[in-house]
Amino acid sequence: MSTICAVSTPHAVGGISVIRISGEKAIEISGRIFSTTSQTPVEKMEGYTCCYGKIIFEGREIDDGILTVFRAPRSFTGEDVCEISCHGGIFVTNLVLRAIISNGAEPAQAGEFTKRAFLNGKLSLTQAEAVMDVINAQGEQALRVAVSSHEGALYKNIREISLCLVSLLGELAAWVDYPEEDLPDIEYSAFKTSLENSLIKLEALLATYDTGRIIRQGIDTAIVGKPNVGKSTLMNFLLGFERSIVTDIEGTTRDIVEENVKIGDFILRLSDTAGIRSTEDIVESAGVSLSYKKINQADLVIAVFDNARELSTEDLNIVEKIKDKNAICVINKSDLPPLLDKKFLADKFNFVVEISAKDKTGLKEIENALEAIFMLKQLDFSAGIVANERQRKCVKDAHFYLKEALDILSSGETYDAVTVLIDKSAQSLLELTGERVTDNVVSDVFSRFCVGK
Amino acid sequence: MDMNYYNGEYDIAVVGAGHAGVEAALASARLGCKTALFTISLDYISVMPCNPSIGGTAKGHLVREIDALGGEMGKAADKTFLQSRMLNRGKGPAVHSLRVQSDRIAYHAYMKKVVENQQNLDVKQAEIVAVEYEDGKITGVVTRINTRYKVKAVIIATGTFLKGVIHVGDVSYQSGPDSVLPANMLSQSLKECGVFLRRFKTGTPARVHKRSINFDLLEKQDGDEKIVPFSFENNDELKNQVSCYIAYTNENTHNIIKENIKRSALFSGKIEGVGPRYCPSIEDKIVRFSDKPRHQLFVEPMGLDTDEMYLQGMSTSLPEDVQIKFLRSIKGLENVEIMRNAYAIEYDCCDPTELLPTLEFKAVPGLYGAGQFNGTSGYEEAAAQGLVAGINAALKLKGESPFVLDRASSYIGTLIDDLVTKGCSDPYRMLTSRSEYRLLLRQDNADERLTPAGYKIGLISEERYQHLLKKQSQINDEVKRLWKLNMSPTNELNDYLESVGTARLKTGIKLAELIRRPQVTYDATKAFDIERPLLSDEVREQVELNIKYEGYIAIQLEQVHAMRKLEEKKLSEDIDYRDIRGLRLEAIEKLNKIKPLSVGQASRVSGVNPADISVLLIWLEQRGRKN
Repeated sequence: MSTICAVSTPHAVGGISVIRISGEKAIEISGRIFSTTSQTPVEKMEGYTCCYGKIIFEGREIDDGILTVFRAPRSFTGEDVCEISCHGGIFVTNLVLRAIISNGAEPAQAGEFTKRAFLNGKLSLTQAEAVMDVINAQGEQALRVAVSSHEGALYKNIREISLCLVSLLGELAAWVDYPEEDLPDIEYSAFKTSLENSLIKLEALLATYDTGRIIRQGIDTAIVGKPNVGKSTLMNFLLGFERSIVTDIEGTTRDIVEENVKIGDFILRLSDTAGIRSTEDIVESAGVSLSYKKINQADLVIAVFDNARELSTEDLNIVEKIKDKNAICVINKSDLPPLLDKKFLADKFNFVVEISAKDKTGLKEIENALEAIFMLKQLDFSAGIVANERQRKCVKDAHFYLKEALDILSSGETYDAVTVLIDKSAQSLLELTGERVTDNVVSDVFSRFCVGK
Repeated sequence: MDMNYYNGEYDIAVVGAGHAGVEAALASARLGCKTALFTISLDYISVMPCNPSIGGTAKGHLVREIDALGGEMGKAADKTFLQSRMLNRGKGPAVHSLRVQSDRIAYHAYMKKVVENQQNLDVKQAEIVAVEYEDGKITGVVTRINTRYKVKAVIIATGTFLKGVIHVGDVSYQSGPDSVLPANMLSQSLKECGVFLRRFKTGTPARVHKRSINFDLLEKQDGDEKIVPFSFENNDELKNQVSCYIAYTNENTHNIIKENIKRSALFSGKIEGVGPRYCPSIEDKIVRFSDKPRHQLFVEPMGLDTDEMYLQGMSTSLPEDVQIKFLRSIKGLENVEIMRNAYAIEYDCCDPTELLPTLEFKAVPGLYGAGQFNGTSGYEEAAAQGLVAGINAALKLKGESPFVLDRASSYIGTLIDDLVTKGCSDPYRMLTSRSEYRLLLRQDNADERLTPAGYKIGLISEERYQHLLKKQSQINDEVKRLWKLNMSPTNELNDYLESVGTARLKTGIKLAELIRRPQVTYDATKAFDIERPLLSDEVREQVELNIKYEGYIAIQLEQVHAMRKLEEKKLSEDIDYRDIRGLRLEAIEKLNKIKPLSVGQASRVSGVNPADISVLLIWLEQRGRKN
């Protein structure tokens, strides 16, 4: 049976989270991500003992906490169980869970720990009845999460890609199942391009899922604005209010100043860019084009405007340049008499925050805007996180098989083999809605192709 | 009538001698059950009322599987084919499909002889009008002229005969196919047994006279030079005897059909039956795919001793005057003369979700369904079900455990699992895309997949089984040898590799590794492999496929493994799912209707979710512990 994991405490920011791992590989997996301070190897820990140590993921320390080991059969599930207590915080907890999954555990299904406990004789027959109720109650909860995520943009993206794959499979199926019909041949390069497009979409999707990257590396944030609008002031304002400064990133502080700062649950990797304006000066214009490049790369743009000056062409250029980005509009010097057209900015930006470095106001509003943009609150209970992790795993599998399909297509393999891999890819995505590839493909063939005797 | 008088006594009665009925009766008789095969007309045994053809995509796989299990269809098709083609060459071995044009009369005559010669089997011309079912047991069948036979099990394989109604334009009349009598009375008796019946519909195109076609204006299509037989036991020399031809509809054809669309029985609302999605009539195609400028049709001979030609693709229920008009608008058919007009036919069929995977009715023990009666379409689908129903009826009477093929074993297993688990809302046709295990279920390895099962049941001879074992050991030995054999980067080898468009070798490599390259074939490497043993075509083919597809096969086997784990958790038919606490209402309803035989099957029932499956697993464990 596979090794499963889940966050077993309700999620509340600032509390302690317990992540439970159960199954044959629970101890082995824990050993890979948990480094005990006492240097005791996790594999050597006895049942009912715990150790303090660091949680490591991809070579970095992500948190510290306590690991408790329960050895089979003396555990809740009757299997080897490890429990990691780490600092609360949704991102950290999620990241620990991600580390465990990356090392070979599966996200647990609704009620699966209890189910295993029963199957391993840890619960009595009378308790079993209650277990079934629990499973369905948790199933319902998972369903609610799934339903709410159905409306989300991520779900729509997945849907779009899976429809595209099903339609490609439909084309292949019609071509294979109706060789005598007057159907167009599968055109190699067009087919390959369609696969590549889907692969690119999956890659983009994986990137948006990667809250892990955001926590590990921080949210790549560019502060932009015309010269002397107060970008450095904002930077200092954020740094001055920080709860804890994470280290400077080595060797990156060149023309663009980079600092890491923690706001609420977020780490921002701030880049202070050169002021944007048209200039004849070669050196300065190089700085400006660097600023534009930085804007393109950033996860988040904080655009700074001066409350005491009217909007200039340069301001408008900036507004135009960042219209498709995650952006927060920061109005600086809110303690001075206003000359700025705030209504215009409110129309252009979803988030407008006024700050005054002098009065030290506005930080909370920035945090709220960050939460809204990165949808932290949606992950605010464990089922949500697991649902999210499961989605991500499906997307990752889909990506893996699609890439394989493209590779073997390029190497000259026949379509029947290529189809198997596209099938697997589509199946990974359809799993989220409990659909089957074969049913979908058959329907697609009949709805789109004129086939038959 | 004396209720205690029977004219005869049989173990099993098979109602209908089409493609399903014949396989059912042969299987049952060959397994030692005294069997009666009833048909409305002895001249209509194994007739092809539609295409004069056997096989095609996925259907060809079914025929190979029937043969591998010891059925008759493949042998009959090999003996009576006129032209043979392996479809989908170049698209990969998993989707190669064999299709033959058949001599319709010769095929009928061959099968009639086979059933006549079969020990334990009596063939009788009679319409069965009632199935006698008392106290939960099948007791007998009654013919139209009140002859009664005592029987223990009945297999219904009535095809399109059950309350058959033919539609041509606004004319409709009760009939079986080709003006054979319909079976009008059996439906009532089946309903009284507790079988739910519904209406399905299918259609067939016109047959026309050969001399009225200008073949010079049509594209010619010939058979394969090297012919692969359907039957794994066939060693005959096989030859093509006829050509087929391709013609196309045009704008004018479409206009004639559109102008007269209201006169089609399909569009006037006269037909209540549900037609097949995969097999639309020409008027259906023109309405649904109005942007298509032309549709293809195949002109196929019906046999060597007849001038009738079949027009594949032109199925219609338009009146005959419109049929003539639109056919004559087609290039090459300007003077065409119809011999048999096209028609649509409606018939009674059951809901296959009332069946177990053995094809026995859950609510009527001893009653089985097979073929079009179960909601499918196609001779091959019918024959496959007939074989499975015949085997299971016999096994049950002999007190042996049922024969159920899972989805990973075969297209037959996939077909039956789809039918009994998901049901069908229109006539079901087998397609390769219906199987999630396509790379495993190739037509070339049907013997390896199924012949051991056929041997165990008793339909495969010792000789044939030993032949398979020998073949398998030859394949395994050769694959092992190729994985050991080191190839040096000689100039000759590198020249060959370059000539087929793949990279030269710099260091030594195992020959098997080299064969995995798509551009390299097993046979072509013979020149560099002096110790290669002399092996048959079929063994060489398997060696190459095993090596080339190993990786993809492994992916599919992983899926099979996961599926089979749930398949092994058996559920009995007598479970009342209302008693299982924790199941959702929808799941309870669906599970009580389908009565799946395993947790695996339960997981494929629509409306049953993973949480329900967890509940089932816990309940099973709980029950196991109580006992």
